Amino acid sequence: MPYASPLERVWYWVFRVLCGAVLLFLIAPILVVMPLSFNAEPYFSYPMPGLSLQWYQDLVNNPQWQLGIRNSLIVGAFATTLATTLGTLAALGLSQRKFPMRTLVMSVLISPMIVPVVITAVGMYFFYSDIGLTNTLPGLILAHTALATPFVVITVTATLTAFDHSMTRAAANLGASPWTAFRRVQLPLILPGVISGALFAFVTSFDEVVVVLFIAGPEQRTLPRQMFAGIREQISPTILAAACILVVISIALLTTIELLRRRSERLRGISPA
Amino acid sequence: MTAIADAAPHVRDPDLKRRLQRAERRQTRMAMLLVAPLFLFIVLSFALPILTLMTRAVSNPEVSTNLPQTLTALGDWDHAAAPDEAVFAALAADLVETQKARTTALIGKRMNYDWPGARSIMISAGKAVQNAGGGPWKPVLVASDPVWDSVEWWAALKRAGAPYTDFYLLGALDLKRDVKGDVVRAEPDQAVFIDIFGRTIMISFMVTLGTLVLGFPVAYLLATQPARTANILMILVLLPFWTSLLVRTTAWVVLLQTNGIVNNTLIWLHLITEPLALIFNRGGTLIAMMHIQLPFTLLPIYSVMRTISPSHVRAARSLGAGPFEAFWRVYAPQTLPGVGAGCLLTFILSLGYYITPALVGGATDQMISYFVAFYTNKEINWGLGSALGFVLLSLTLGLYLLYNKLVGVENMKLG
Repeated sequence: MPYASPLERVWYWVFRVLCGAVLLFLIAPILVVMPLSFNAEPYFSYPMPGLSLQWYQDLVNNPQWQLGIRNSLIVGAFATTLATTLGTLAALGLSQRKFPMRTLVMSVLISPMIVPVVITAVGMYFFYSDIGLTNTLPGLILAHTALATPFVVITVTATLTAFDHSMTRAAANLGASPWTAFRRVQLPLILPGVISGALFAFVTSFDEVVVVLFIAGPEQRTLPRQMFAGIREQISPTILAAACILVVISIALLTTIELLRRRSERLRGISPA
Repeated sequence: MTAIADAAPHVRDPDLKRRLQRAERRQTRMAMLLVAPLFLFIVLSFALPILTLMTRAVSNPEVSTNLPQTLTALGDWDHAAAPDEAVFAALAADLVETQKARTTALIGKRMNYDWPGARSIMISAGKAVQNAGGGPWKPVLVASDPVWDSVEWWAALKRAGAPYTDFYLLGALDLKRDVKGDVVRAEPDQAVFIDIFGRTIMISFMVTLGTLVLGFPVAYLLATQPARTANILMILVLLPFWTSLLVRTTAWVVLLQTNGIVNNTLIWLHLITEPLALIFNRGGTLIAMMHIQLPFTLLPIYSVMRTISPSHVRAARSLGAGPFEAFWRVYAPQTLPGVGAGCLLTFILSLGYYITPALVGGATDQMISYFVAFYTNKEINWGLGSALGFVLLSLTLGLYLLYNKLVGVENMKLG
């Protein structure tokens, strides 16, 4: 900045400090709280008197937390599979050039993300109890699938807008059946988007607590539900241990998505856009 | 397909044209078949529940199903004086049935929303009818409670007897119907919901404004840095975005509580001597909500900023604009689509917050979602809970339509 006026220079540094403070605000709460899950004493302040893994032990050994983790994994796995399959098929259909009432259909498919989750939860509580789906794992899986599909539809649609449809036409010209063209040409190219969508779907289900509060009983208690119960009464370090594990999972998923995004950009670089 | 479609107008062969149309129709049909499973799934598992909630907001079965003979007898009642013996006889016959089915208290509970103390009126009426050997019934019921001789009570009973009602929806907007059936304001001690809707909108607005003020400079920084630096800084934005909402709320509880990290640090630095009240109030709610919503506002602004060519500002500068003028008059207006998209999304999502205010807010920071849950779970007043949900849903869907118009759902992106 050789030609900048002094005022501009001051502003430049003020701006940087400001941005640094905002980024710190974003990341600090998560980073500051995580080490406390290794505290030897059940207090939440620094300096810590000693380190210990006892809260993690509690997490693994306590039957209630075990049940929560197991339920969350089961519901998450089924909801992710269902949401990814249904969402990818729908995104493929919606990407067709002449789709009747595309905006309307898309708005309906995205609405579970927009409608306040309490309204969804109360509605499901009324409707699912009428048909006997409350207090069951299948009911919870259906609910979480509905909440997770918008994320799959959005990510796969975004990938498909960058997809060059002449590729599948070329495959068809070379004699591939529609199914082969999809499996061998289109799917590998949109796979990064599909996987990101699946990860989003999993995180949505794995974090969800409001619908669980309304339509699940004690037997369907999930990990977030167990955490929520604890925060309401008295925060225990075990909750922080659970939170810490969730953060590590988020980091792993974020890394995966970032790698997939780069791969997808590289692949797109090859295709004539 | 495009290549053939482009060539189509020049082709004279009518057969080819027809074949092309047929192929396109087949393709559209195929596309609809692909979308159908998800569409059906969303309708069955999501839209029908929402529809159930909306019906609950207007359905009113308690009195109409339990006092059918009374309501028929009341059909041509003129509201001038308490009804005659025929109506009381019909009521007695109905009450004999409800006493058997143990549903008298249910009528009482429904009437109680409209008429404080109605529960005990109904219960003693049921007992009186059960104990009396036979009619005339009017003296028996008036003896159980003099209210049976009043026009207002009978009018309330008749109003509550309609199978569908606007009672709950009006209640959710602090309105009610008087004896004549006109819509009037509810009594001040019961008129709380407009305030709560106002508070919900106010908190959402503050959160939106806060995330815009904090997010805009960071989006600008990210958009103007070289790719390597920007990617690293981006992780600082995306990691919180990916972290569970519950985890972030927990983090704020640990940070802000009375013996929490922030208070202890400030005391340790001798900046304060007594811990500050940082949690269970409006400030704590706003900070935690802004933290959660910041990436939702920031990311759309960032993706628009990335497409703005730096040469525009350079051109403005070379034409004599000062640095701030060039930014404000040339750069900033081009970011508006991103600002609109990000702020609208944050505002819509903020309206529905439940968990965060419930955990870090105080009693006066609870938003409308909390009351939907409260009336459904705690008070078991499903009508009112659904009606509040109905109003919140209308508000959200209205804004969602606006979002569709301005941004378009097809352009929604995550991360």
